[in-house]
Amino acid sequence: MTLKTAIASAALGAALLSTPAVAVEIEYWQYYFEGRVQAIDQLIEAFEAENPDITVKHTHFPYAQYRTKIAAAVMAGQGPDVVQLYYGWLPDFLKAGLLEPLPAETFDPATIDAEYFPIVKRMKVDGQYYGLPTAVRSLAMFYNKDLFTKAGLDPESPPATYEELVTAAKAIAEHDGSGNLLVAGITATPVAQDAHWWREVLIRQHGGAPYSDDGRTVTYDTPEGAAALHDYTDMFMVHDATEYGFMNESQASFAAQRAGILIDGSFRIGAVQAMEGLNWGVAPLPTQNGVSSNYASYWVNGITRGTEGEELEASLKFLEFITRPEAMQLWLEVVGELPARPSVALTEENLADPVYGPFLAGLDGAQTTEFVNESAQRQIWLDMIDRINIGGVSVEDSLAEAATAEQKLLDEFYAE
Amino acid sequence: MSQALHRPRIRPGRIVVWTLLMLGGIVMIMPFAYMISTSLKTPEQVYDLRLIPVRPTLKNYAALLADARFLDWFVNSLVTSTLVTVSVLFFDSLVGYTLAKYRFRGRGVVFIAILSTLMIPTEMLVIPWYLMSASLGWLDTYWGIMFPGLITGFGVFMMRQFFMTVPDELIDAARIDGLSEFRIWWEIAMPLVTPALSALAIFTFLGNWTAFLWPLIATSESTLFTVPVGLSSFASENLTRWEMVMTGAAVSTIPTLIVFILFQKYIIRGVVLSGLKG
Amino acid sequence: MRAIDSLTIHQKQALWAWVFLAVPIVFFVVVRFYPTLDSAWISLTNWSLFREPKFIGFANYRKMFADPVFWKVFANTFKYLALGLPISLLISFTVAYFLDRVRVMHGLIRGLYFVPYLTTAVAMAWVWRWFYEPVPIGLFNDVLSSLGLPQQPFLRSVDQALPSVLAPAIWAGLGFQVIIFLAGLRAIPETYYEAARIDGVGSWTILREITLPLLRPTLLFLIVISSIGFLRIFDQVYNMTVDGQGGPLNATRPLVLNIYNSAFVDYDMGYATAQTMVLFLVLLVITVVQLRLLRSS
Repeated sequence: MTLKTAIASAALGAALLSTPAVAVEIEYWQYYFEGRVQAIDQLIEAFEAENPDITVKHTHFPYAQYRTKIAAAVMAGQGPDVVQLYYGWLPDFLKAGLLEPLPAETFDPATIDAEYFPIVKRMKVDGQYYGLPTAVRSLAMFYNKDLFTKAGLDPESPPATYEELVTAAKAIAEHDGSGNLLVAGITATPVAQDAHWWREVLIRQHGGAPYSDDGRTVTYDTPEGAAALHDYTDMFMVHDATEYGFMNESQASFAAQRAGILIDGSFRIGAVQAMEGLNWGVAPLPTQNGVSSNYASYWVNGITRGTEGEELEASLKFLEFITRPEAMQLWLEVVGELPARPSVALTEENLADPVYGPFLAGLDGAQTTEFVNESAQRQIWLDMIDRINIGGVSVEDSLAEAATAEQKLLDEFYAE
Repeated sequence: MSQALHRPRIRPGRIVVWTLLMLGGIVMIMPFAYMISTSLKTPEQVYDLRLIPVRPTLKNYAALLADARFLDWFVNSLVTSTLVTVSVLFFDSLVGYTLAKYRFRGRGVVFIAILSTLMIPTEMLVIPWYLMSASLGWLDTYWGIMFPGLITGFGVFMMRQFFMTVPDELIDAARIDGLSEFRIWWEIAMPLVTPALSALAIFTFLGNWTAFLWPLIATSESTLFTVPVGLSSFASENLTRWEMVMTGAAVSTIPTLIVFILFQKYIIRGVVLSGLKG
Repeated sequence: MRAIDSLTIHQKQALWAWVFLAVPIVFFVVVRFYPTLDSAWISLTNWSLFREPKFIGFANYRKMFADPVFWKVFANTFKYLALGLPISLLISFTVAYFLDRVRVMHGLIRGLYFVPYLTTAVAMAWVWRWFYEPVPIGLFNDVLSSLGLPQQPFLRSVDQALPSVLAPAIWAGLGFQVIIFLAGLRAIPETYYEAARIDGVGSWTILREITLPLLRPTLLFLIVISSIGFLRIFDQVYNMTVDGQGGPLNATRPLVLNIYNSAFVDYDMGYATAQTMVLFLVLLVITVVQLRLLRSS
């Protein structure tokens, strides 16, 4: 028995076993995150009330193994009808034809173009959409008001420009007599959103761009890219405002009140809110040279290949349901992620919200990076920083090495 | 413990040796102590790395045990680990005995071939096992979780080493008495390696109790998760609830501690009777 | 039955042996050997999980041998073995040797050494990562600076990261090794020791001339099993390094992690299985050599 025949017989076995039933059951997969699980459970309840003949089976897996799990299931022809995927994984899935295009009758591409944030257009290939998000995420700056006060800074006017950010971070950072860092001015760790801040915010603020418009060429190995990288690494290499890797994870030092500023995604809101005794605020990302930029990302809901007949119909209904404006508002309230439709997101009430406001404002003109292998590209970033931090390599040389490695990765992907 | 009495002993050094061993043992359980300590903390206190929590709380334990699925996971782990252990004890000792006590062509090859099963990482076997399970309908069943571990190269190797010490004369005498080959193994040889069997039981039970990757791949129904799979939910994309991870680890360690305490005296004591011989 | 009766004793033994082995052999063929053989075939294809496998000859192997990361990872794997095996066996033997004579709270002390074996890698890796932090958070650096010694970067250093990841692996496996050693020590007949004592031989000589030689079967078992364990190290590296990538700069990445990444991050099953085949052969050769060298006559 080869693997191929195993897959074939698995599919056959599945076909023989599925008996026609009155009610249709579809399966929905996502990774585990408390708020997301609750939100989907609430949506499923409402959906089943509206469609008594459909049941939705909701299954979630630990994040770290989610991709592994999908890969194994997809190979064996098992798995969900509707699946939530990180937008950066889409290229792989699309190339292999693992997702059904959304039919234009239910999901009119022109309407989606008009009703969703422009970043969602990445899901459109050859005029057809392959997935839709309920929510999107952007970056903003969390800051600890108590540490601001302690450092003699005004807790109600957080830094608005990069220069002010450096000043604030240096003022907040505390060292003991032997120079050990006790409190970081700003977080900088491998486990964070720092790479996105550099790629889509800092580089663009210097007038550069991380990649060419078609996403096939690395364009950050330039003076602009290097200046942006200096903006990041100088925080720990020059200004002593932090230490790379301080307390393992950025959110850990912020939660422990040992870091003044944390640049992070909107998905962090819930965790920060849960911290008792933390006096915090949110501000938009600092601008530089008068330019503001942001990075947005999202998880999309797609329908897997091989979903047919009644199940396809039910899946489409479900997808339509979880991308309605009401679902998006619910997602905002339960998970803290931002609605994918501007009409829902940018309401006066939401924009005036002291927490959501800065994130929502950031969505305007936000960039999404077109990944071909998100993990591998992230690893290239981590290695680039390690070379500078502990490898004794200059920012410029490390940048050039990263650009070469990433270009090779892109070439390999697009060559096939 | 009478054997220890006869052992050569450096009397003046005894207290020093004992103290050093005790200190070493305390160092060994330090990470474990931090695990328990973290499980008694609130989210704000987690990163305050004091060993003794400021305001210890059992909230995490209550939250974990309140999850109705936890009992399912516990039962799943208990059932699968126990059944696999029974199977391993039976088959591994049978194979180990055969390889130790029978002379036949191909014995060396069979031994090396079985040992070679230790040389492919589980990480690479999960995909073929998954495809096999999918085509045979074993996904989301106890059988699916258990089948890859029912006979192990490790146990065969270990039991072979132990059976080598069982004197051939005993077996020959039993043959002359007209006992069947199966009964010679079961009634004559097996009782002589009880301690080895209890050691193998512990190692197998623990191995299956903590197994993660395959049970995760083999199950999609949360009611069929094993304890480690169920608990892994607390590590997420953007935030790991470490106080919950530690609570989960503490709760899942307790049954294994009990198993160990129950069996540990057998592991060493009777080994004197059989012992390891290559 | 008459046919069986007419067999020689050797033929009967062989027959029974195969009867006993029948079920296990079928099991191993289906669950272990078949996937292994299948891997050998997949390593000659460009199978990516997402598309049909296509035969590409030895391209994966050529790619592997030309990849500097592979050689780095290969070297790391042997570093884990070269450091881990002697250190862990030395410590576990020392502990077992002395613990064997201890009667006061023997069970408790043995239990303390075995506790790490019961714990889960994920939870313990987190604790160890905090231990390695700089002052004032990290326990180890706190101890170092209170002794007036310089701080160490541990996991954040290209040179120290590998031993720092290895330490919890040794720690976790020590209990297992101690228990096996204790079993082996207890199996040595008392008469040998009594004879030696009557001759007035010192404990060092008893250790060298009696204990160690008679411990050879135990050692053989532990060396083979522990070597395989260190060469297949994965859990600690995956849980203690950033993103489970075996950093910084691949300093701690072992072969199994590289295989896992090729398979489940890059979805390149062909390349992953090619590396698996190399690992398999390396382990097989090492094990066979160890069995030959340590076979007691």
